[in-house]
Amino acid sequence: MSSTTAVSAPPRVKVPRWVAPVGAVVLFAAAYLAFRGTGTLPHDKEAPQFLAVTELREWIDDHRNDNPLFLYFLNYIRLFVGGLYDLFQTTLYALGWPGLTGVMGALAWLAGGWRIALLAVSGVSAFGFLGLWQSSVDTLALVAAAVLLSLAIGIPIGVWAGLSARARRAITPVLDVMQIMPTFAYLAPLALFFHIGAPAGAIATMIYSIPPAIRITALAISEVSPTAVEASASLGATRRQTLFKVYLPLARSTMALAVNQTIMMALSMVVIANLISAPGLGGDIIRGLSRAQVGIMLPAGVAIVVMAVVLDRMMMSVAQRGSAVGWRSGGSGATRAGEGGGAGATERASRSAAMNRPHAKLSRIDLVAAGVLAAVGLALIPVLPRVWPESWTINVVAEVNDAVRWAETTWYPVTTFIKDLVTASLLNPLETLLTSAPWWLVTLAVLAVAWRVSGVRPALIALGCLLAIALLGTWEHAMQTMTTVAVAVLVTLVIGLLLGVAAARSPRYSAVQRPLLDAAQTMPAFVYLLPALALFETTRFTAIFASIIYAVPPVVRLVEDGIKAVPATVVEAASSAGSTRGQLLWKVQLPMARQAILLAANQGIVMTLAMVVVGGLVGAGALGYDVVLGFSQRTDFGLGFVAGIATVLLGVMLDRITQGADRRSSPRKRKSP
Amino acid sequence: MGDSPDSAAITVEGLWKIFGSRAQRVLDSEDRHLEPATLREKTGCTAAVRDVSFEVRPGEVFVVMGLSGSGKSTLVRCLTRLIEPSAGEIRIGGEDIGRASPARLREIRRHQVSMVFQHFGLLPHRKVIDNVAYGLEIQGMPRAARHARAGEILSLVGLDGYADAYPDQLSGGMQQRVGLARALAVDPQVMLFDEPFSALDPLIRRDMQAEVIRLHREVGKTMVFITHDLSEALKLGERIAIMRAGSIVQLGTAEELVGAPADDYVSDFIRDVPRSHVLTLRWICRDPEPGEPLDGPELPVTTIIKDAIGLASASGRPIKVVDGDQLAGVVDRVDLLTFLSGQDVPVKAGA
Repeated sequence: MSSTTAVSAPPRVKVPRWVAPVGAVVLFAAAYLAFRGTGTLPHDKEAPQFLAVTELREWIDDHRNDNPLFLYFLNYIRLFVGGLYDLFQTTLYALGWPGLTGVMGALAWLAGGWRIALLAVSGVSAFGFLGLWQSSVDTLALVAAAVLLSLAIGIPIGVWAGLSARARRAITPVLDVMQIMPTFAYLAPLALFFHIGAPAGAIATMIYSIPPAIRITALAISEVSPTAVEASASLGATRRQTLFKVYLPLARSTMALAVNQTIMMALSMVVIANLISAPGLGGDIIRGLSRAQVGIMLPAGVAIVVMAVVLDRMMMSVAQRGSAVGWRSGGSGATRAGEGGGAGATERASRSAAMNRPHAKLSRIDLVAAGVLAAVGLALIPVLPRVWPESWTINVVAEVNDAVRWAETTWYPVTTFIKDLVTASLLNPLETLLTSAPWWLVTLAVLAVAWRVSGVRPALIALGCLLAIALLGTWEHAMQTMTTVAVAVLVTLVIGLLLGVAAARSPRYSAVQRPLLDAAQTMPAFVYLLPALALFETTRFTAIFASIIYAVPPVVRLVEDGIKAVPATVVEAASSAGSTRGQLLWKVQLPMARQAILLAANQGIVMTLAMVVVGGLVGAGALGYDVVLGFSQRTDFGLGFVAGIATVLLGVMLDRITQGADRRSSPRKRKSP
Repeated sequence: MGDSPDSAAITVEGLWKIFGSRAQRVLDSEDRHLEPATLREKTGCTAAVRDVSFEVRPGEVFVVMGLSGSGKSTLVRCLTRLIEPSAGEIRIGGEDIGRASPARLREIRRHQVSMVFQHFGLLPHRKVIDNVAYGLEIQGMPRAARHARAGEILSLVGLDGYADAYPDQLSGGMQQRVGLARALAVDPQVMLFDEPFSALDPLIRRDMQAEVIRLHREVGKTMVFITHDLSEALKLGERIAIMRAGSIVQLGTAEELVGAPADDYVSDFIRDVPRSHVLTLRWICRDPEPGEPLDGPELPVTTIIKDAIGLASASGRPIKVVDGDQLAGVVDRVDLLTFLSGQDVPVKAGA
């Protein structure tokens, strides 16, 4: 006995690796049991922070027309944006439905031939058949105004960032934060400064959709072959000549992706912008959501999706025209998570005849056809009524509501079982834990986790965010939202990993799944609330379900791509050493796809948070509900405003913690002590 | 070497290029003489070109040769300040490039100096004719005029009938012909070639080298040619500068490099060159021994050694090597065989 101890006692006691984390967990558990119920920060609707903001709004509303900042600056912006929107709206109304159908068809034909034209014509007609002509046109005008402004501002900034590394470094962190901000967070400050209505909605949409315009343009510019640029300079071109004759033409097809992505972002935002009284389809959707009436929102939702599909296919055809030749260096560069919506579309577009000839200019037939289409449309304006005739519409509200009711009652046992299981086993315990623990204990726990996972800086940022949330008086609701996010992310990651691994291992399954993922990623976010609402009515679980189906597609795609990106030679080497398929997966593919999987987790969290907050409309409660309440009840404006800030803080915190993990521990770094 | 700048097409004097944020400080200190690796370790700066001086005569093909990383590509870019030199003077056609204003520099690039690139640098969205006309377009030449000029140049480089093709429809060799045409179209006095053929496969490369030789004969431009391929350098270069770690280690004709390498680095380089293909009789002829018959065939001293073999084997008598009217020496079969056998025969240095 004594001899063994003597032998096995080295000078320093070797502690197993699991001791520290387990010790920390035990410590926190003990602290929780000892201090439970103390130091909680219960929600107070009348907290002074909220009241102060409400008062600020009252003051601004009173002084909107005499304070110089508003009088000489903000009000002009509002006027200008409003004018732009009116211009689009008037033009579109003047075209009437025959004119608009013809013009859209012609543009689509120019973009991608007769298939796309057919899609555009039937898409535009669908607005009429759904009985939503006017609100669709309003939405289109709002999107047009917002996208135009986004591009007018975003493309120059993007070009600048693409040309100058310093500018890129300055802009990137701003864009990072903008991209994790949930849609809701933009609305309250904009309402404060630009009042409510179409201009504020257009500005909110513009701000929300500007990051991809900047980011992808910068990417496109920086991808331009440096030799071509140098050759141009060596012949004595000025910077301007090089920009217009080399950079922009070579970046064109990638920049079409930027336009496309900007439009897609704008389409998801215009709907939410209805909360600050922006006109259009959002009205029906928000009304349907808040009354839990799928029948009201389904046609509007379909109209938005149709609009998204039509515009997406048109823009992707434009992008495809250039890239079919293959002079874009990193073709996949722009297709990041959540931006790969058009991959399926590009494949389809490349099959059409015109695309098979590289550098094919538009043929005469295409030009004539587009001209005829536009002319016919315009000629019919005086003949046919401008507004879509009432008798041609299909009203499905009642039928849809019946179908939903049928589904709810028929599947009631199943859906209730799932809902109750998740609520009882995950949601409730976690929520109780987070809200009954002292705030300082939760903060310490988050600090410890962030430190261990990501390092000092992210940990300090997380700490700052949590303290700010506490000071803002939104602690309890933030904890509830965090619970929902945590549960949704957990389920999302499990499903995403399983499907992603399955797709990576079976090409046949992947071929089935890809188009579904592509389609899913083209759809605006809130569309996912529809099935969730139909199945689960308004409960906390509805938002979770919606965020899972919203966030799973990009996670699956990232995991699949990550595993497929493992070099074939490595897989071959492992196979030739006699690995089973399971060993290959666990010992080679998953570890090497680590970066992609961490990125998937990060994306999943950011997307889930965005959806959970929107879920406030359908019973998710907590911060999201506060934001909605802030818009509907004037006296609660402050609460909504502060809740919006709290969602941003929560988003930054979760993003930093997970993104730090992505950056920090590459396997190489982990090896070094 | 003529010292007057007017007689040279390009004069480079004490040229330095140091990359890094503290380039100027390095340049001002004694650190600049450190070996590149040591310098990088000490200051984080990279010395790409170190105190380089040379002159290129009008109409000459001047080759800069070195391995990758020796600074040759940086050097050629410094000539028109595509890369801004850290120190030193560059004159092209007598004009101080370093002092040129941005507008003047553009003028020089537009009309006097043009460049051919390793990876062609063609604009994929433009037809061949518009690529060739690009230099003229940015000068503001009207479309019809520049297309007419570009058409002429295209037939000069043997690309008749490809005007309306796009670059990616052409093979690599043809793409580089487009690059060549683009550089020629602006009718420059000086053409710079940055490893133009190293991305091409060997047969095409030989064609293109022949093309450059032909063009040089026809248009007579001053050419600065960068390469890492010794045989290319020997084939094209009237004079060759060998670069190593940013400095020129030797500058001379092919004959001088092969006959009298300046150091071990250069001799290592030229070891595999068949010397009989480069050296002339000047390097191996000797004074006639007393009583040696001097009625054999005559050859000029500039004859390449391998070309003398046929005559030597046909005649039993020593060959008289003449420099103009004067007798420079004699060479007999034994001399030739000894030389060809590769024994390290001492050659006459600096002939």
